[in-house]
Amino acid sequence: MKKLVCSTIVALGALATALPAMAQELTFWSWRQEDKAQYQKFISAFETKNPGITVKFETFEATNYNTILSTALAGGSGPDLMFTRTYGGMETIASGGYLLALDKTNVPALSTFTAPALASETMRSNKTTYAVPFASQTMLVIYNKDIFDKNGLSEPQSWDDFIKASEKLKAAGVMPFANGTATAWQNEVVVGGLVSSIMGRGFYDDLMAGKADFTDKRYVGALTKLKEITKYFPEGFIGLDYASAQQLFSSGMAGMFVGGSYELANFKKQNPNMKMGIFAAPGLKAEDEKLVALYFDGGYAANAKGKNKEASVKFLNFLASQEFGQMFANDLNNISAVPGVTFKDPLLGEVADLNKHSIPYLMLVHFRYGEPSGSVLLQSEIQKLLGGKATPEEVGKNLTTGLANWYAPFKK
Amino acid sequence: MPGSPLVSRRLWISALIVPPLAFVALFVVYPIISAFAYAFFHWNGLARGEFVGFANFYKVLFTQPYADWTVNAFLHNVWVFFALMVLQNGVGFLLAYCLWRELPGAAFHRISVFLPVVLSTIIVGFLWKLFLHPLFGVVNISFRGLGLGGLAQPWLGQDSTALWSLIFANAWHMVGFPTLVFLAGMQRIPGEILDAVRMETESEWTKITKIVWPLVAPSATVVFTLLFVGSFNWFEIPYVMVGLEGSPHGATDVLGLYFYRTAFGNMSGSGQDFGAGSALAVLIFVFIALVAGVITFKLRAREIQI
Repeated sequence: MKKLVCSTIVALGALATALPAMAQELTFWSWRQEDKAQYQKFISAFETKNPGITVKFETFEATNYNTILSTALAGGSGPDLMFTRTYGGMETIASGGYLLALDKTNVPALSTFTAPALASETMRSNKTTYAVPFASQTMLVIYNKDIFDKNGLSEPQSWDDFIKASEKLKAAGVMPFANGTATAWQNEVVVGGLVSSIMGRGFYDDLMAGKADFTDKRYVGALTKLKEITKYFPEGFIGLDYASAQQLFSSGMAGMFVGGSYELANFKKQNPNMKMGIFAAPGLKAEDEKLVALYFDGGYAANAKGKNKEASVKFLNFLASQEFGQMFANDLNNISAVPGVTFKDPLLGEVADLNKHSIPYLMLVHFRYGEPSGSVLLQSEIQKLLGGKATPEEVGKNLTTGLANWYAPFKK
Repeated sequence: MPGSPLVSRRLWISALIVPPLAFVALFVVYPIISAFAYAFFHWNGLARGEFVGFANFYKVLFTQPYADWTVNAFLHNVWVFFALMVLQNGVGFLLAYCLWRELPGAAFHRISVFLPVVLSTIIVGFLWKLFLHPLFGVVNISFRGLGLGGLAQPWLGQDSTALWSLIFANAWHMVGFPTLVFLAGMQRIPGEILDAVRMETESEWTKITKIVWPLVAPSATVVFTLLFVGSFNWFEIPYVMVGLEGSPHGATDVLGLYFYRTAFGNMSGSGQDFGAGSALAVLIFVFIALVAGVITFKLRAREIQI
């Protein structure tokens, strides 16, 4: 008996020392501290299916995430798996050669993703994808259903409808829009959310083909309409910051908020009783295609020099799966980039429907690869436009000449 | 010879001096020198690339769009310096004079003038941002309440008022400091001199210009130099009130914001460029050191020893 106990203890001890060597522990870096609980859930779903692999989720402060990550990768102490930013933010990391190249052979599910989703995690110079995109965001108009119903309004079909609805709200003593533009990046948001339909798909295609620049009359025309509708923004909106604008809408003082789909969850949390609806701001005529502005805001990548590459790729395949996409949409209330995901929340389902008619959120998607970035230029030029310091034509011209510093098609 | 009183005394002294010296060298001198070195390299994120000589300096001073941004931010700092010289140091001097002459309520005012100085800059920034809120701010509400609705402005949103709003908030916050320094200087003026003046003239103006002002010159040296350094390092108030971009359209951009944006990037717009950022930091440091040196030297020369 004593012998048995002894040998059991010895065997258990041996197992205990051997197990960690057999188990592969992967580190997974993120900037989403607020999503930690949900990610633990996703990870345990993966771990139960893949015994022997454990994933440790670690979060860092969002604003400094890229700096922390690039420093760690350069110093050789980077994680096995990590969140990556998209577009220019992804390229700064990928260009150091730190990320594992992904394709059909190691992550087959990637071939089902949409082209714009993949483009957000693909380096332009070598056409290589480095991350599994996780979510898209959409710039659109969010409205307060109760206020719309009370004033007998419905989602506007044409620009005239849009102006009339704003006029009616204003006459009823309700702020039509809650937006303010004192916070610089909000200027880019209102352009994407309000006038994408007016600039139109044709302009976008010509811009990408090098046949048009921002002095194009479709773009300038869109800015003219933008300036026009800011008449219905709150008094002194050029001095109104982002947080105040959100509060105006979530407290039910304003009828509409031009913003990203990421606002929906926040508004719901601030005011659970508010009924919200969304629509794509209309074009000039009712028959014009109604477009939202779309971008992808993050992806999952693996360390090219990681010790547990095989296990990391296994985890990436899980993150690219339908199963994960569905959990992501259900638990995080975000538009998963995985194709074919359905949405419990009807509003998110609507966002996904609107995404079928979209153009990219221009400056973020295509013009953040040099200095001055299109975003920096647009934000400050729109502030000039709305402050009465520049005409739409001048804004178009300044955007084009500013970008010509580094954007080859604009160089003359 | 070990054990002799002299040697052990020396050992004892060096044991006291070495730790703090090492501390300063490690945490002050080394970072400053390394920041100088950083400016001469190309950077990929925080990974150091090849040595590029003065390329980063050339970039921020002479290539577009950086050159325009640098000049724009620098001119704003110059503007801030002169405006605060009047609104902070000038008003501070007058307040100090009033307190020194013990006008009614001096004891109360001596405390209330200094009170904002002890508040954190971040709190002052948020406070004034709220005061200047276009819809709910106490400033606009007061104007509307007084029937002066026309004076209600989107203070932080238009280029004609944004920088002034920041300057004003800063002056409100810090005016107590020059006041206190000047007051201390005034209280050091010997009574005999003041009695002698009183025999000659009753004019306050003459007293201020001929006696008080020259005799508080040491205080002036201190507050002028500190204001100069503060104006060119200005960061917290603009950062809290208008954000990293110097909204609207760069109308409030100053070197501090511009350096931060360039070095560390800005999530909603620009990428990070540690080389150009370090070059800017070095330029700001050298400029402040040189000019502050000259100011101190010149102002010291006019101080009178009593």
